[in-house]
Amino acid sequence: MTGHAEKSAAFVANEDRAHWHDQSLWFVRSKRDKQASGIPEWEALREAASAIKTHTLSRLADYLEEFERNATANGIQVHWARDAAEHNAIVHQILASHGVTHLVKSKSMLTEECHLNPYLEARGIEVTDTDLGERIVQLRKEPPSHIVMPAIHLKREEIGELFHIELGTEKGASDPKYLTEAARSHLRSKFMGAQAGLTGVNFAVAETGGVVVCTNEGNADMGASLPRLHIACMGIEKLIPRAAHLSVFLRLLARSGTGQPITGYTSHFNGPVRGGEMHVVVVDNGRSRILGQETFRRSLGCIRCGACMNTCPVYRRSGGYSYGYTVPGPIGSILAPQRDPEKYASLPFASSLCGSCTDVCPVKIDLHHQLLAFRKVLVDLKAVPLQKRLGMAFAGFVLSRPSLYRLGGGLLRAIVPRLPRGLIYGSWNPWGIQREIPPMPQQSFRDLIQKEPS
Amino acid sequence: MSSRNAILDSLRQNVPPAASLPAPITTGIRFADPIKQFEETLTIAGGTLVRANGQQDLTSALAKIDVYASAAKIASLVPGLPSKDVDLSAIDDPHDLEGIDVAVLPGKFGVAENAAVWIPGETLTPHRAIFVIVQHLILVVPASEIVDNLHQAYERIQWIPNSFGIFISGPSKTADIEQSLVIGAHGARSCTVILF
Repeated sequence: MTGHAEKSAAFVANEDRAHWHDQSLWFVRSKRDKQASGIPEWEALREAASAIKTHTLSRLADYLEEFERNATANGIQVHWARDAAEHNAIVHQILASHGVTHLVKSKSMLTEECHLNPYLEARGIEVTDTDLGERIVQLRKEPPSHIVMPAIHLKREEIGELFHIELGTEKGASDPKYLTEAARSHLRSKFMGAQAGLTGVNFAVAETGGVVVCTNEGNADMGASLPRLHIACMGIEKLIPRAAHLSVFLRLLARSGTGQPITGYTSHFNGPVRGGEMHVVVVDNGRSRILGQETFRRSLGCIRCGACMNTCPVYRRSGGYSYGYTVPGPIGSILAPQRDPEKYASLPFASSLCGSCTDVCPVKIDLHHQLLAFRKVLVDLKAVPLQKRLGMAFAGFVLSRPSLYRLGGGLLRAIVPRLPRGLIYGSWNPWGIQREIPPMPQQSFRDLIQKEPS
Repeated sequence: MSSRNAILDSLRQNVPPAASLPAPITTGIRFADPIKQFEETLTIAGGTLVRANGQQDLTSALAKIDVYASAAKIASLVPGLPSKDVDLSAIDDPHDLEGIDVAVLPGKFGVAENAAVWIPGETLTPHRAIFVIVQHLILVVPASEIVDNLHQAYERIQWIPNSFGIFISGPSKTADIEQSLVIGAHGARSCTVILF
């Protein structure tokens, strides 16, 4: 099975491009820092957000019932889906019962997770992703490579070429303003022709029975306010208790994600559009199982801002596709193996454990601690390659025997400098593929300390 | 068992230890001059601030806004400010709003820290799509209604069952092509806030 290292090989091989990708994301991370440092109570906000999420998760069933009650009173129809298949079937059933043939969608990582688009397309419904970045990757028949900036891996020339073929823009044109204008006109015709709009949910509020959706483009509002049918899909963890809590999360969300004080549009849908229908599909799909795991449940507090990706030295240098999961980066490397530990076993290792993700996380998820803890789970499950397991077992054996460790250290210091390069570097030493073994010191640290006058 | 009950049961079986709700945050960043801060933030968000000298000055303030002066079709939901070649009450299908150049909408209040203007859905009656489908947006907000931060903002909002409400901060924008900021993605190509 190909893991993160294999999947990132092609991306890493193109050094210029990998560097450009790294810089693009660091630019966003820097904007985040500027915003965060401009708010004196930033750390108190993170603390509050974390505490609100912890509380909500401790009473999630109660709050979901409260949400359902209030949403129903608002005239919203609430549906429950245990898994992706049920979610897709519910959405299709709603659309089919209204005779919908054209659906416009705004960003929803949940529907990516459930693979809703191919499910609906196979049943004759045209699905148009309307976030510009999502439309770009949809036209390229690719998934998003980042949860907030879906086309961050693409250069303007590639998008220009794509739009030339798909939307008839001038050949060779790559000006972002020109390309965005072309997309605006193309997508406006889609909005005008759609019979239903589907949105994700940034926050669902138990107290009001409504959902909040944040965009910069306004695409969620076009989709949710023009057609008479609005479907909002949410994971159960999107819930917060009170509307006043929105102030805490909204102050953090865009600042952390894109370095803006707030997104352009923050829409509070507490009922259907006039004369229309609104449906909310509440999805579990493995989340309640994560809730039962003490070490990993805090990952359910994630508000999908993308800050941990933007800051991650591994994500920045390997790209979103090397993770092979809907949500890449540090948070994805915890969520993915929850779903399938065998398939995503390499992801918790795709981290230097530097802790930068934990430092920027607006809800204070202990991301790098969870990544480390997951490695142990995977080793116990024998989901880690034999080579790595044997290496770890050997290291454990030696490190727990001081005399053996001293002997081994002495032998290595004496032998390694005399070995030909071909014997040290090879397929048996994956650590050395892009790294040089440091020069062997003359004496061990222990020798050094013992010679020091006490 | 219904999926609803299966999910709720599963959540109750996997319930974490009780954790109390933190005390509400009621204080946040304050600014010596909230209106100046609002203007600066709005400018960064791609919008423009215009000052009017009271309600009686709104008409002349509007006339100085290029997109307003040159608009063929204007929809106004601000009492006392007329629409032009648009009769919203005669429109049944919100798709027919397409083609309106400018919407002039009343904002309830503005937030200095993020240049967001709160628009309760009731003020958009009959078509809430009006704020996003028009080409240019003009929001009219009393200058006395600028709060410092979002905590104060949410304290002011009255939640009505079966309603809609939106914070708008600047025009529609995207940076999805190489992080280059482009104004005018799907919604308004410009957003002017008039403080009066």
